[in-house]
Amino acid sequence: MISVSMTVNGKAVSAKIDPRTLLVQFLRENLLLTGTHVGCDTSQCGACVVHVDGKAIKSCTTLAASCDGTSVVTIEGLAHDGVLHPMQEAFRENHGLQCGFCTPGMIMSAIDIVNRKGHDLDEHTIREELEGNICRCTGYHNIVKSVAAGAHAMAGSK
Amino acid sequence: MYAFAYQRPATVRQVQSALGKHEDAKILAGGQTLLPTMKQRLAQPSALIDLGHVAGLTAIEKKGRNIVIGAMARHADVATSELVREAIPSLAALAGGIGDPAVRNRGTIGGSVANNDPSADYPAAVLALGATIVTNKRKIAAADFFQGMFTTALEDGEIITKISFPVPAKAAYVKFPNPASRYAMVGVFVSKKGADVKVAVTGASNEGVFRAEGLEAALKAKFNPKAVEGVAVDGSNFISDIHGTADYRANLVSVMTKRAVTKALGK
Repeated sequence: MISVSMTVNGKAVSAKIDPRTLLVQFLRENLLLTGTHVGCDTSQCGACVVHVDGKAIKSCTTLAASCDGTSVVTIEGLAHDGVLHPMQEAFRENHGLQCGFCTPGMIMSAIDIVNRKGHDLDEHTIREELEGNICRCTGYHNIVKSVAAGAHAMAGSK
Repeated sequence: MYAFAYQRPATVRQVQSALGKHEDAKILAGGQTLLPTMKQRLAQPSALIDLGHVAGLTAIEKKGRNIVIGAMARHADVATSELVREAIPSLAALAGGIGDPAVRNRGTIGGSVANNDPSADYPAAVLALGATIVTNKRKIAAADFFQGMFTTALEDGEIITKISFPVPAKAAYVKFPNPASRYAMVGVFVSKKGADVKVAVTGASNEGVFRAEGLEAALKAKFNPKAVEGVAVDGSNFISDIHGTADYRANLVSVMTKRAVTKALGK
Protein backbone atom coordinates (compact mmCIF):
# COMPACT_ATOMS: atom_id res chain seq x y z
CA MET A 1 0.00 0.00 0.00
CA ILE A 2 1.15 3.52 -0.75
CA SER A 3 -0.22 6.86 0.33
CA VAL A 4 -1.58 9.48 -2.03
CA SER A 5 -2.84 12.97 -1.39
CA MET A 6 -4.60 15.19 -3.87
CA THR A 7 -7.25 17.85 -4.11
CA VAL A 8 -10.52 16.62 -5.60
CA ASN A 9 -13.17 19.19 -6.43
CA GLY A 10 -11.52 21.61 -4.06
CA LYS A 11 -11.29 19.24 -1.11
CA ALA A 12 -8.03 17.74 0.15
CA VAL A 13 -8.15 13.95 0.21
CA SER A 14 -5.59 11.34 1.13
CA ALA A 15 -5.66 7.57 1.33
CA LYS A 16 -3.61 4.42 1.45
CA ILE A 17 -4.12 2.54 -1.78
CA ASP A 18 -2.87 -0.44 -3.74
CA PRO A 19 -0.43 0.95 -6.36
CA ARG A 20 -2.63 -0.65 -9.05
CA THR A 21 -5.54 1.66 -8.24
CA LEU A 22 -6.54 3.62 -11.31
CA LEU A 23 -7.59 7.22 -10.85
CA VAL A 24 -11.14 6.33 -11.89
CA GLN A 25 -11.29 3.55 -9.29
CA PHE A 26 -9.99 5.91 -6.64
CA LEU A 27 -12.64 8.50 -7.51
CA ARG A 28 -15.51 6.03 -7.72
CA GLU A 29 -14.66 3.49 -5.03
CA ASN A 30 -12.69 5.45 -2.44
CA LEU A 31 -14.38 8.82 -2.79
CA LEU A 32 -17.77 7.53 -4.05
CA LEU A 33 -17.71 10.09 -6.86
CA THR A 34 -19.56 7.84 -9.28
CA GLY A 35 -20.29 10.54 -11.84
CA THR A 36 -17.07 9.62 -13.61
CA HIS A 37 -17.88 6.52 -15.64
CA VAL A 38 -16.00 3.52 -16.94
CA GLY A 39 -17.17 2.74 -20.45
CA CYS A 40 -14.60 0.85 -22.48
CA ASP A 41 -11.81 0.68 -19.87
CA THR A 42 -9.34 0.83 -22.80
CA SER A 43 -8.89 4.63 -23.12
CA GLN A 44 -11.03 4.92 -26.21
CA CYS A 45 -14.52 6.01 -25.14
CA GLY A 46 -13.82 9.01 -22.91
CA ALA A 47 -16.58 8.35 -20.35
CA CYS A 48 -13.88 8.56 -17.66
CA VAL A 49 -12.46 11.98 -18.62
CA VAL A 50 -11.62 14.24 -15.67
CA HIS A 51 -9.33 17.25 -15.32
CA VAL A 52 -5.95 16.85 -13.63
CA ASP A 53 -4.25 20.18 -13.01
CA GLY A 54 -6.64 21.73 -15.52
CA LYS A 55 -6.12 19.25 -18.33
CA ALA A 56 -8.53 16.60 -19.58
CA ILE A 57 -7.19 13.07 -19.16
CA LYS A 58 -8.61 9.56 -19.23
CA SER A 59 -8.83 8.46 -15.61
CA CYS A 60 -9.06 4.77 -16.60
CA THR A 61 -5.54 5.01 -18.01
CA THR A 62 -3.86 6.92 -15.19
CA LEU A 63 -2.71 5.57 -11.85
CA ALA A 64 -4.12 7.36 -8.83
CA ALA A 65 -0.59 7.26 -7.44
CA SER A 66 0.68 9.33 -10.39
CA CYS A 67 -1.80 12.06 -9.44
CA ASP A 68 -0.27 12.62 -6.02
CA GLY A 69 -0.11 16.34 -5.33
CA THR A 70 -2.39 17.31 -8.20
CA SER A 71 -5.75 19.01 -8.32
CA VAL A 72 -8.52 16.89 -9.85
CA VAL A 73 -11.90 18.12 -11.03
CA THR A 74 -14.72 15.68 -11.82
CA ILE A 75 -18.23 16.24 -13.13
CA GLU A 76 -19.37 16.60 -9.49
CA GLY A 77 -17.10 19.63 -9.13
CA LEU A 78 -18.73 21.74 -11.83
CA ALA A 79 -22.06 22.86 -10.39
CA HIS A 80 -21.99 25.36 -7.55
CA ASP A 81 -24.79 26.12 -5.08
CA GLY A 82 -27.31 24.17 -7.11
CA VAL A 83 -26.51 26.08 -10.31
CA LEU A 84 -25.27 23.99 -13.22
CA HIS A 85 -22.02 24.90 -15.00
CA PRO A 86 -22.81 26.64 -18.32
CA MET A 87 -21.63 23.59 -20.25
CA GLN A 88 -23.92 21.30 -18.22
CA GLU A 89 -26.79 23.72 -18.76
CA ALA A 90 -26.07 23.77 -22.51
CA PHE A 91 -26.27 19.96 -22.69
CA ARG A 92 -29.62 20.11 -20.86
CA GLU A 93 -30.99 22.91 -23.05
CA ASN A 94 -29.89 21.33 -26.33
CA HIS A 95 -30.86 17.79 -25.45
CA GLY A 96 -27.19 16.78 -25.76
CA LEU A 97 -27.74 13.36 -24.23
CA GLN A 98 -30.02 10.37 -24.35
CA CYS A 99 -28.93 7.64 -21.95
CA GLY A 100 -26.41 10.00 -20.35
CA PHE A 101 -23.63 7.48 -19.84
CA CYS A 102 -21.04 9.36 -21.91
CA THR A 103 -22.20 12.79 -20.74
CA PRO A 104 -19.81 13.37 -17.80
CA GLY A 105 -16.83 12.67 -20.07
CA MET A 106 -18.32 14.70 -22.90
CA ILE A 107 -18.77 17.70 -20.63
CA MET A 108 -15.28 17.46 -19.10
CA SER A 109 -13.78 17.18 -22.60
CA ALA A 110 -15.96 20.02 -23.87
CA ILE A 111 -14.72 22.37 -21.13
CA ASP A 112 -11.15 21.34 -21.99
CA ILE A 113 -11.80 22.22 -25.64
CA VAL A 114 -13.04 25.67 -24.62
CA ASN A 115 -9.98 26.13 -22.39
CA ARG A 116 -7.69 25.33 -25.33
CA LYS A 117 -9.59 26.67 -28.34
CA GLY A 118 -11.68 29.52 -27.02
CA HIS A 119 -15.38 30.30 -27.00
CA ASP A 120 -16.11 30.51 -30.68
CA LEU A 121 -16.02 26.92 -31.87
CA ASP A 122 -17.12 25.83 -35.33
CA GLU A 123 -18.76 22.47 -35.91
CA HIS A 124 -15.69 20.96 -37.58
CA THR A 125 -13.42 21.86 -34.65
CA ILE A 126 -15.86 20.43 -32.12
CA ARG A 127 -16.23 17.16 -34.02
CA GLU A 128 -12.46 16.80 -34.44
CA GLU A 129 -11.77 17.59 -30.81
CA LEU A 130 -14.37 15.09 -29.55
CA GLU A 131 -12.42 12.29 -31.24
CA GLY A 132 -11.72 10.66 -27.89
CA ASN A 133 -15.33 10.65 -26.66
CA ILE A 134 -17.78 8.10 -27.95
CA CYS A 135 -21.58 8.33 -27.70
CA ARG A 136 -23.67 5.35 -28.78
CA CYS A 137 -27.08 7.06 -28.64
CA THR A 138 -27.25 10.53 -30.07
CA GLY A 139 -25.39 10.49 -33.36
CA TYR A 140 -23.45 13.45 -31.85
CA HIS A 141 -25.56 16.13 -33.50
CA ASN A 142 -27.02 17.61 -30.33
CA ILE A 143 -23.75 17.08 -28.47
CA VAL A 144 -21.98 19.30 -31.02
CA LYS A 145 -24.73 21.92 -30.67
CA SER A 146 -24.43 21.71 -26.88
CA VAL A 147 -20.66 22.22 -26.91
CA ALA A 148 -20.95 25.26 -29.20
CA ALA A 149 -23.69 26.78 -27.01
CA GLY A 150 -21.82 25.91 -23.80
CA ALA A 151 -18.64 27.51 -25.14
CA HIS A 152 -20.49 30.78 -25.79
CA ALA A 153 -22.21 30.62 -22.43
CA MET A 154 -18.88 30.12 -20.66
CA ALA A 155 -17.64 33.40 -22.18
CA GLY A 156 -20.61 35.20 -20.64
CA SER A 157 -20.26 33.62 -17.23
CA LYS A 158 -16.70 34.78 -16.57
CA MET B 1 -3.32 -5.64 -13.56
CA TYR B 2 -0.93 -7.88 -11.73
CA ALA B 3 0.47 -6.42 -8.52
CA PHE B 4 3.59 -4.28 -8.70
CA ALA B 5 5.71 -2.13 -6.43
CA TYR B 6 5.49 1.59 -7.13
CA GLN B 7 8.08 4.32 -6.74
CA ARG B 8 7.97 7.98 -7.52
CA PRO B 9 11.56 9.28 -7.49
CA ALA B 10 12.51 12.94 -7.75
CA THR B 11 15.73 12.70 -9.78
CA VAL B 12 17.04 10.70 -12.74
CA ARG B 13 19.75 9.27 -10.48
CA GLN B 14 17.09 7.94 -8.11
CA VAL B 15 15.24 6.42 -11.07
CA GLN B 16 18.38 4.62 -12.12
CA SER B 17 18.97 3.29 -8.62
CA ALA B 18 15.32 2.18 -8.30
CA LEU B 19 15.59 0.33 -11.61
CA GLY B 20 18.68 -1.45 -10.27
CA LYS B 21 16.81 -2.67 -7.20
CA HIS B 22 13.95 -4.41 -8.97
CA GLU B 23 14.28 -7.12 -11.53
CA ASP B 24 11.76 -6.51 -14.35
CA ALA B 25 11.05 -2.98 -13.27
CA LYS B 26 9.55 -0.71 -15.90
CA ILE B 27 9.62 3.03 -16.27
CA LEU B 28 6.20 4.70 -16.25
CA ALA B 29 6.15 7.88 -18.35
CA GLY B 30 2.68 8.92 -19.57
CA GLY B 31 1.41 5.35 -19.31
CA GLN B 32 -0.86 5.57 -22.34
CA THR B 33 0.55 2.34 -23.77
CA LEU B 34 2.03 0.67 -20.70
CA LEU B 35 -1.08 0.86 -18.49
CA PRO B 36 -3.48 -0.59 -21.12
CA THR B 37 -0.93 -3.36 -21.74
CA MET B 38 -0.77 -4.11 -18.03
CA LYS B 39 -4.55 -3.97 -17.66
CA GLN B 40 -4.80 -6.69 -20.27
CA ARG B 41 -2.16 -8.64 -18.33
CA LEU B 42 0.12 -8.63 -21.35
CA ALA B 43 2.89 -7.18 -19.20
CA GLN B 44 3.82 -7.95 -15.61
CA PRO B 45 6.52 -5.59 -14.38
CA SER B 46 7.62 -6.20 -10.80
CA ALA B 47 7.80 -2.46 -10.22
CA LEU B 48 6.81 0.79 -11.89
CA ILE B 49 9.20 3.69 -11.54
CA ASP B 50 7.10 6.77 -12.23
CA LEU B 51 8.93 9.61 -14.02
CA GLY B 52 6.02 11.99 -13.39
CA HIS B 53 7.67 13.73 -10.47
CA VAL B 54 11.25 13.80 -11.79
CA ALA B 55 12.37 17.40 -12.24
CA GLY B 56 13.81 18.77 -15.46
CA LEU B 57 12.40 16.36 -18.03
CA THR B 58 9.69 18.48 -19.64
CA ALA B 59 11.53 21.48 -21.12
CA ILE B 60 11.35 22.30 -24.82
CA GLU B 61 14.31 24.45 -25.86
CA LYS B 62 16.16 25.76 -28.88
CA LYS B 63 19.85 24.99 -28.68
CA GLY B 64 21.83 26.24 -31.66
CA ARG B 65 20.22 24.66 -34.70
CA ASN B 66 18.42 22.00 -32.69
CA ILE B 67 15.11 21.75 -30.92
CA VAL B 68 15.64 19.79 -27.73
CA ILE B 69 12.57 18.17 -26.20
CA GLY B 70 12.48 16.70 -22.69
CA ALA B 71 11.48 13.04 -22.48
CA MET B 72 8.41 13.82 -20.35
CA ALA B 73 7.07 16.52 -22.69
CA ARG B 74 3.48 15.51 -23.41
CA HIS B 75 2.25 15.22 -26.99
CA ALA B 76 0.01 18.24 -26.35
CA ASP B 77 3.06 20.25 -25.18
CA VAL B 78 4.99 19.47 -28.37
CA ALA B 79 1.93 20.10 -30.57
CA THR B 80 1.34 23.55 -29.08
CA SER B 81 4.95 24.65 -28.44
CA GLU B 82 5.66 27.91 -30.29
CA LEU B 83 9.31 26.87 -30.64
CA VAL B 84 8.47 23.55 -32.29
CA ARG B 85 5.70 25.01 -34.44
CA GLU B 86 8.07 27.61 -35.79
CA ALA B 87 11.21 25.50 -36.28
CA ILE B 88 9.79 22.05 -37.14
CA PRO B 89 6.05 22.45 -37.83
CA SER B 90 5.91 18.89 -39.16
CA LEU B 91 6.92 17.59 -35.73
CA ALA B 92 4.30 19.71 -33.97
CA ALA B 93 1.67 18.47 -36.42
CA LEU B 94 2.72 14.85 -35.86
CA ALA B 95 2.38 15.27 -32.08
CA GLY B 96 -1.05 16.86 -32.55
CA GLY B 97 -2.22 13.84 -34.52
CA ILE B 98 -1.41 11.17 -31.93
CA GLY B 99 -4.38 9.52 -30.19
CA ASP B 100 -6.99 12.01 -29.02
CA PRO B 101 -6.79 15.21 -26.94
CA ALA B 102 -6.98 13.46 -23.56
CA VAL B 103 -4.33 10.91 -24.58
CA ARG B 104 -2.11 13.75 -25.84
CA ASN B 105 -2.36 15.37 -22.41
CA ARG B 106 -0.70 12.30 -20.83
CA GLY B 107 1.40 10.51 -23.47
CA THR B 108 5.07 11.54 -23.72
CA ILE B 109 7.67 11.68 -26.47
CA GLY B 110 10.18 9.70 -24.39
CA GLY B 111 7.67 6.94 -23.69
CA SER B 112 6.70 6.63 -27.33
CA VAL B 113 10.30 6.50 -28.55
CA ALA B 114 11.44 4.06 -25.83
CA ASN B 115 8.52 1.73 -26.57
CA ASN B 116 9.15 1.74 -30.34
CA ASP B 117 5.70 0.45 -31.22
CA PRO B 118 5.74 -0.50 -34.92
CA SER B 119 2.71 1.77 -35.50
CA ALA B 120 3.84 4.72 -33.37
CA ASP B 121 4.26 8.12 -35.04
CA TYR B 122 7.24 9.60 -33.18
CA PRO B 123 9.85 7.00 -34.25
CA ALA B 124 9.33 8.10 -37.88
CA ALA B 125 10.13 11.71 -36.98
CA VAL B 126 13.14 10.78 -34.86
CA LEU B 127 14.60 8.67 -37.67
CA ALA B 128 13.78 10.98 -40.59
CA LEU B 129 15.03 14.08 -38.83
CA GLY B 130 18.26 12.36 -37.76
CA ALA B 131 17.57 13.15 -34.11
CA THR B 132 19.83 12.27 -31.21
CA ILE B 133 18.43 10.40 -28.21
CA VAL B 134 20.05 11.61 -25.00
CA THR B 135 19.99 9.23 -22.04
CA ASN B 136 21.37 9.33 -18.52
CA LYS B 137 24.41 7.50 -19.89
CA ARG B 138 25.12 8.60 -23.46
CA LYS B 139 23.89 10.04 -26.73
CA ILE B 140 22.47 7.66 -29.32
CA ALA B 141 21.99 8.52 -32.99
CA ALA B 142 18.50 7.72 -34.29
CA ALA B 143 20.03 5.44 -36.92
CA ASP B 144 21.46 3.24 -34.14
CA PHE B 145 18.52 3.51 -31.74
CA PHE B 146 15.62 1.61 -33.36
CA GLN B 147 16.42 -2.09 -33.58
CA GLY B 148 13.16 -3.73 -34.60
CA MET B 149 9.62 -3.91 -33.27
CA PHE B 150 9.52 -2.87 -29.57
CA THR B 151 13.33 -3.09 -29.50
CA THR B 152 15.79 -0.23 -29.00
CA ALA B 153 19.44 0.36 -28.14
CA LEU B 154 18.44 1.22 -24.56
CA GLU B 155 20.22 -0.89 -21.97
CA ASP B 156 19.03 -1.90 -18.52
CA GLY B 157 18.91 1.13 -16.27
CA GLU B 158 19.14 3.53 -19.19
CA ILE B 159 16.61 6.37 -19.22
CA ILE B 160 15.85 8.75 -22.09
CA THR B 161 16.13 12.29 -20.75
CA LYS B 162 15.71 14.31 -23.95
CA ILE B 163 15.68 14.13 -27.71
CA SER B 164 17.49 16.63 -29.89
CA PHE B 165 16.09 17.35 -33.35
CA PRO B 166 18.16 19.18 -35.98
CA VAL B 167 15.97 21.71 -37.78
CA PRO B 168 15.33 20.56 -41.37
CA ALA B 169 14.87 22.79 -44.40
CA LYS B 170 11.68 21.02 -45.39
CA ALA B 171 9.77 18.21 -43.72
CA ALA B 172 6.32 16.65 -43.49
CA TYR B 173 4.59 13.66 -41.96
CA VAL B 174 1.54 12.01 -43.48
CA LYS B 175 -0.17 8.91 -42.16
CA PHE B 176 -3.01 6.69 -43.25
CA PRO B 177 -4.87 6.03 -40.02
CA ASN B 178 -6.74 2.81 -39.46
CA PRO B 179 -10.36 4.00 -39.63
CA ALA B 180 -11.23 2.37 -36.29
CA SER B 181 -8.15 2.58 -34.07
CA ARG B 182 -6.64 5.68 -35.76
CA TYR B 183 -3.19 4.07 -35.47
CA ALA B 184 -1.01 4.58 -38.54
CA MET B 185 -1.42 1.71 -40.99
CA VAL B 186 1.42 3.48 -42.72
CA GLY B 187 3.02 6.77 -41.77
CA VAL B 188 5.81 8.44 -43.74
CA PHE B 189 8.05 11.22 -42.48
CA VAL B 190 10.07 12.98 -45.18
CA SER B 191 12.80 15.50 -44.42
CA LYS B 192 15.20 17.52 -46.55
CA LYS B 193 18.29 19.35 -45.42
CA GLY B 194 20.74 20.55 -48.06
CA ALA B 195 21.25 17.67 -50.48
CA ASP B 196 20.25 15.08 -47.88
CA VAL B 197 16.79 13.52 -47.94
CA LYS B 198 15.51 11.06 -45.37
CA VAL B 199 12.31 9.00 -45.63
CA ALA B 200 11.23 7.06 -42.53
CA VAL B 201 8.28 4.68 -42.59
CA THR B 202 6.23 3.53 -39.60
CA GLY B 203 3.29 1.12 -39.36
CA ALA B 204 4.33 -1.01 -42.31
CA SER B 205 7.19 -3.32 -41.44
CA ASN B 206 7.49 -6.30 -39.12
CA GLU B 207 10.84 -4.75 -38.17
CA GLY B 208 9.26 -1.50 -36.97
CA VAL B 209 10.28 1.93 -38.24
CA PHE B 210 12.78 1.96 -41.14
CA ARG B 211 14.40 4.22 -43.72
CA ALA B 212 13.21 3.69 -47.30
CA GLU B 213 16.49 4.00 -49.15
CA GLY B 214 15.11 3.57 -52.66
CA LEU B 215 12.70 6.44 -52.11
CA GLU B 216 15.47 8.54 -50.56
CA ALA B 217 17.70 8.06 -53.63
CA ALA B 218 14.90 9.08 -55.98
CA LEU B 219 14.04 12.13 -53.88
CA LYS B 220 17.68 13.18 -53.59
CA ALA B 221 17.78 13.27 -57.41
CA LYS B 222 14.60 15.31 -57.52
CA PHE B 223 12.58 16.40 -54.48
CA ASN B 224 9.22 16.15 -56.13
CA PRO B 225 6.20 13.84 -55.67
CA LYS B 226 6.62 12.60 -59.25
CA ALA B 227 10.08 11.23 -58.34
CA VAL B 228 8.34 8.64 -56.15
CA GLU B 229 6.51 7.11 -59.10
CA GLY B 230 8.17 3.99 -60.41
CA VAL B 231 10.22 3.41 -57.25
CA ALA B 232 9.52 -0.15 -56.11
CA VAL B 233 8.72 -0.57 -52.40
CA ASP B 234 9.76 -3.99 -51.12
CA GLY B 235 6.88 -5.27 -49.00
CA SER B 236 8.26 -8.76 -48.42
CA ASN B 237 8.69 -8.15 -44.69
CA PHE B 238 5.62 -5.96 -44.23
CA ILE B 239 2.78 -6.53 -41.78
CA SER B 240 -0.18 -8.47 -43.19
CA ASP B 241 -3.26 -8.53 -40.99
CA ILE B 242 -7.04 -8.11 -41.08
CA HIS B 243 -6.55 -4.38 -41.73
CA GLY B 244 -4.48 -4.78 -44.88
CA THR B 245 -2.08 -7.03 -46.75
CA ALA B 246 1.66 -6.42 -47.10
CA ASP B 247 1.10 -5.36 -50.73
CA TYR B 248 -1.57 -2.89 -49.66
CA ARG B 249 0.83 -1.39 -47.12
CA ALA B 250 3.63 -1.26 -49.72
CA ASN B 251 1.33 0.75 -51.98
CA LEU B 252 0.42 3.00 -49.05
CA VAL B 253 4.13 3.74 -48.52
CA SER B 254 4.35 5.17 -52.05
CA VAL B 255 1.13 7.14 -51.71
CA MET B 256 1.98 8.54 -48.26
CA THR B 257 5.50 9.47 -49.43
CA LYS B 258 4.07 11.39 -52.38
CA ARG B 259 1.66 13.20 -50.08
CA ALA B 260 4.42 13.94 -47.58
CA VAL B 261 6.70 15.41 -50.28
CA THR B 262 3.83 17.51 -51.60
CA LYS B 263 3.15 18.76 -48.09
CA ALA B 264 6.86 19.41 -47.40
CA LEU B 265 6.96 21.57 -50.54
CA GLY B 266 4.05 23.54 -49.12
CA LYS B 267 1.75 22.67 -51.99
